[in-house]
Amino acid sequence: MSTSAADRAWVCTRKGLFEMRHGSTTGWRIARSHFLGEPVSAVLPPLGGGGRMFAALNLGHFGAKLQVSDDAGGTWRELPAPAYPEQPPGAEGAPWKLVQIWTLESACDASRLWLGTLPGGLFASLDHGETWQLDRSLWDRPERTQWMGGGNEAPGLHSICPHPSRPDELLIGVSCGGAWRRSKAGSGADADAVWALRARGMRADFMPPELAEDENSQDPHRIQRCAAEPDVLWCQHHCGIFRSVDNGARWQPVDAQPSSFGFAVAAHPQRGDTAWFVPAVKDERRLPVDGALCVTRTQDGGAHFEALREGLPQQDCHDLVYRHGLDVAASDPRRLLMGSTTGHLWASGDGGESWRLVAGHLPPIYGLRFG
Amino acid sequence: MPRVLFTPQLRRFVDAPEHADAQATTLRALLDSAFLVAPMLRGYVLDDQGHVRPNVVIFIDGRRCTDRVRLADALAPDSTVHVLQALSGG
Repeated sequence: MSTSAADRAWVCTRKGLFEMRHGSTTGWRIARSHFLGEPVSAVLPPLGGGGRMFAALNLGHFGAKLQVSDDAGGTWRELPAPAYPEQPPGAEGAPWKLVQIWTLESACDASRLWLGTLPGGLFASLDHGETWQLDRSLWDRPERTQWMGGGNEAPGLHSICPHPSRPDELLIGVSCGGAWRRSKAGSGADADAVWALRARGMRADFMPPELAEDENSQDPHRIQRCAAEPDVLWCQHHCGIFRSVDNGARWQPVDAQPSSFGFAVAAHPQRGDTAWFVPAVKDERRLPVDGALCVTRTQDGGAHFEALREGLPQQDCHDLVYRHGLDVAASDPRRLLMGSTTGHLWASGDGGESWRLVAGHLPPIYGLRFG
Repeated sequence: MPRVLFTPQLRRFVDAPEHADAQATTLRALLDSAFLVAPMLRGYVLDDQGHVRPNVVIFIDGRRCTDRVRLADALAPDSTVHVLQALSGG
């Protein structure tokens, strides 16, 4: 019997990949663990009812690795990790060395897979992940040499938002390198892909004043697209929350209380006016405001926000939710999962109105996904 | 002939020989011969640019390898090379 994508989730942690299953009587439980003891930095769950899935590991001493399963996690095998080409002498910017695989996505027609990395490169696979090629049309942009690290020594490509009906089109987010849109003219080769900055309206208060609105200097923490309204994108930025209704051409700031600072965002898959965030104290402390964890939700495009607290700790809470630590089920947007750096995993079945702790002793959680 | 020994820690992750011998006069040549037998092992010891990974340490006859970029350290006909990892945890 196939598993509904809303009944299974994958939690990437400091010490392994945990497979969560939801049952009507049992609720969420840990069904299996994978790569126990090893840091898992990203996962791409099985697509379209199939069994092929990917997990990225960050083995520290031994580098970033990529594992594939063809039976939804029953067995795994290692694939050659994406590798940067030989770095030309004197090349500016971050060293051409894979530090971490930070995100994995599929094109809407499954014609290719995408992989985002530290130090900021985008890789594509045309053979279901067996081999990967650096997207040189992005990597060779002169603006890339000005990217900076945001929370890491190297810049990081953390968000890949495929267009739901245009397989060659993406919008990506880089800390700190702004937001970029990939498109293609005609049916030419990938080398004809066109990249354009799409961060107008974001504001980087941490930069010198003359660069505060420079698109290439922005630090989006996470960007998510509404699947049903693909021109709508939500961005949790280092300096607040931004929303676009024109596929990233312009971004408008929105204000959330108790804080607009945070790392994660989840976009409602059907309603462009709805999104969830996990606020924290800006900027140095990065802890829940007043020690009370909440999820903020807007249902009117950011005009108003609710702070949802039921079931979440309201005293002495030091949990932080990383940028990949919040997800909403595409097939059932009442379901959300949220995981923190202290190894707590919460689930909601009512759109975030209430939460239940489903695991309290996981290793630090780096990210999670339904599927 | 020179011999390279790999830390047992590597065999947790990858098919790595306990040791490999080769007629090699430099560290890079010795490692390359080992990687021919175990291609996936290369990415665990060297990064994308062929440099020794930051937390991997290599000893040649008891002396720490210092040329982590070119790996041009000379080997004697009876050299013993150890590929180890730096300790860490938590």
